[in-house]
Amino acid sequence: MTGPGMTSPGATPGGIRFDQVSVAYDGNTVLDRLDLTVEPGEVMALLGPSGSGKTTALRAVAGFVRPSSGRVFLGGRDVTDLPPHRRGIGMVVQQYALFPHMRVADNVAFGLKARKAPKSGIPQLVADALELVGMASYAGRYPRELSGGQQQRVAIARALATRPGVLLLDEPLSALDAQLRSGMLTELARLHRELPDVSILYVTHDQVEALTLADRIAVMDRARLQDCGTPQELYRSPRTEFTASFVGNANLLPVTVADGHVDFAGHQLTVSTGDVAAGVSATLCVRPHLVGLGAGPNALTGTVAEVQWRGSTHRLYVDVEGHRVKADLRELRETPAIGAPATLHFATEDAVLLPVGAADE
Amino acid sequence: MLVHSRAGKLAVRGVFLLLFVPLFAVPLLVIVAASVSTNWSGAFPSGVTTEHYAAATSGDSLKALTTSLVTAVSASLVALLVGGWAALAAASLRARGKRFLDMLFMLPVAVPSVVVGLAVLVAFSRPPVLLNGTRWIVILAHTVLVTAFAYQSVSAAARRLDPMYEQAAASLGARPSYVLWRVKLPLLLPSLTAAAGLCFALSMGELSATMMLYPPDWTPLPVRIFAATDRGSLFTGAAVAVVLMATTLLVLLAVSRIRTRASYR
Repeated sequence: MTGPGMTSPGATPGGIRFDQVSVAYDGNTVLDRLDLTVEPGEVMALLGPSGSGKTTALRAVAGFVRPSSGRVFLGGRDVTDLPPHRRGIGMVVQQYALFPHMRVADNVAFGLKARKAPKSGIPQLVADALELVGMASYAGRYPRELSGGQQQRVAIARALATRPGVLLLDEPLSALDAQLRSGMLTELARLHRELPDVSILYVTHDQVEALTLADRIAVMDRARLQDCGTPQELYRSPRTEFTASFVGNANLLPVTVADGHVDFAGHQLTVSTGDVAAGVSATLCVRPHLVGLGAGPNALTGTVAEVQWRGSTHRLYVDVEGHRVKADLRELRETPAIGAPATLHFATEDAVLLPVGAADE
Repeated sequence: MLVHSRAGKLAVRGVFLLLFVPLFAVPLLVIVAASVSTNWSGAFPSGVTTEHYAAATSGDSLKALTTSLVTAVSASLVALLVGGWAALAAASLRARGKRFLDMLFMLPVAVPSVVVGLAVLVAFSRPPVLLNGTRWIVILAHTVLVTAFAYQSVSAAARRLDPMYEQAAASLGARPSYVLWRVKLPLLLPSLTAAAGLCFALSMGELSATMMLYPPDWTPLPVRIFAATDRGSLFTGAAVAVVLMATTLLVLLAVSRIRTRASYR
């Protein structure tokens, strides 16, 4: 990895395109007409709960699942009918999958040897790849002698050694503990800066990983693409209820639009209604950390149902007319008693109005 | 079963010894004792001699030992090749094909070995493939008998092998044959050597099918032991049996050393 644009001739150039890709097992659709383009050099996170089809989409790119319809393109080339070993990709999976009978250096050299890279160049490429992930001094070790985080670094070096234009990461940090995970996130972000032409498809169920790393996030649920946009777009102005609750765990309040405001369980709330007609049912989305305690504009009164202390913050659950509202507050000096009355408020500009059931289109 | 109390542990060990000693240890010890005695008329043998061993490791007995070794090694290697190949192929088949192969390779285990012997005898006693009266018919019968075990142990291991290794290798650009040689076979090596050891031990001790097939110039050790005891030369038979036992154990020990070096996790 000596500089930008270093893709070897055998590897596919960057860019992934899904064209109406569906995957079905025994009539059970696990991926439903996915249309998605990952530009060269872009990090696309596929974010969703388990069973949402995100891993299936990644495996369709790798060639381990065959689409029942639709085409997959890598670097502009239709690879739908190519076997995995001819797709020229790099892949890293949750369990690392390092070959236990080979030393670290041989693991990293595997792809180069399998693709018949010129023998004389292999040691240098292996050293470069290990250098890139900070594992150069472990070349002679066996995988079993490494920690989980180290194994994952080697797995990344192995995937990058052939200099693929496309890197597939399938929950790469899930097997690591929280502290290591945040360290690896920083590492991955740095790697991406050093490899500006590589397209990365990053499958995760963790919104923090997606928000931190991705240029764009594709939110998946129930075999379908629900939403796609930059992290800021998805977080600040989600288009569907599913996105709002999965990314950032928003409060979703059922409201009725009136003239210049919305009605929520007897409360009149001032929010931007845009061009939504009066009388229409809608969902109001407010992030818990943008909800304040005490009187203010858009006040909601109710009773405290639960208080959770999370170190630097308190999470309050307040029941307002049968609806549970979450509020993340900076650590409180006096925590309200459960069952006590409480008033919450939020600023007009912090609320987003969503169409009802947009996730169930 | 976990027993924590001291008395409980002692009791469990006592029961184990009570079952193990008479069932396994005593018969083997009796053979070893008989192989070095001159005479055995009371409860214990009398007189110590090495002449049975001299007989058991020379002449016809030595020839029988080589015969057994050659037969067992050839049968095990062929069985490993055929059975292992079939097991690896079965792993990539659909459920129905897998079941068919499993059943096919179960047959020699399910059918009594006498029947297998007879079947081989009938099948190869007539042209076009006339093997009766040659060593090949013995080796063939042994191969048929042990291939089933090779298939089963390799197929169990192949089923346990995580497909992620194969997929990681494929994603790195490795053709299926490259994956087989560089990833799958090395990872299966412990099971392959275990299968080889099992086949070897089974073939070394095979008697019933061999009895129906062996030509005069290809007499494996078990046949010699049987013949010796049948003649009443119990002590010679015992010495030959100890030689058979020791050889088999030595080879198994060597195989298990390869296995230890080959197991990674």
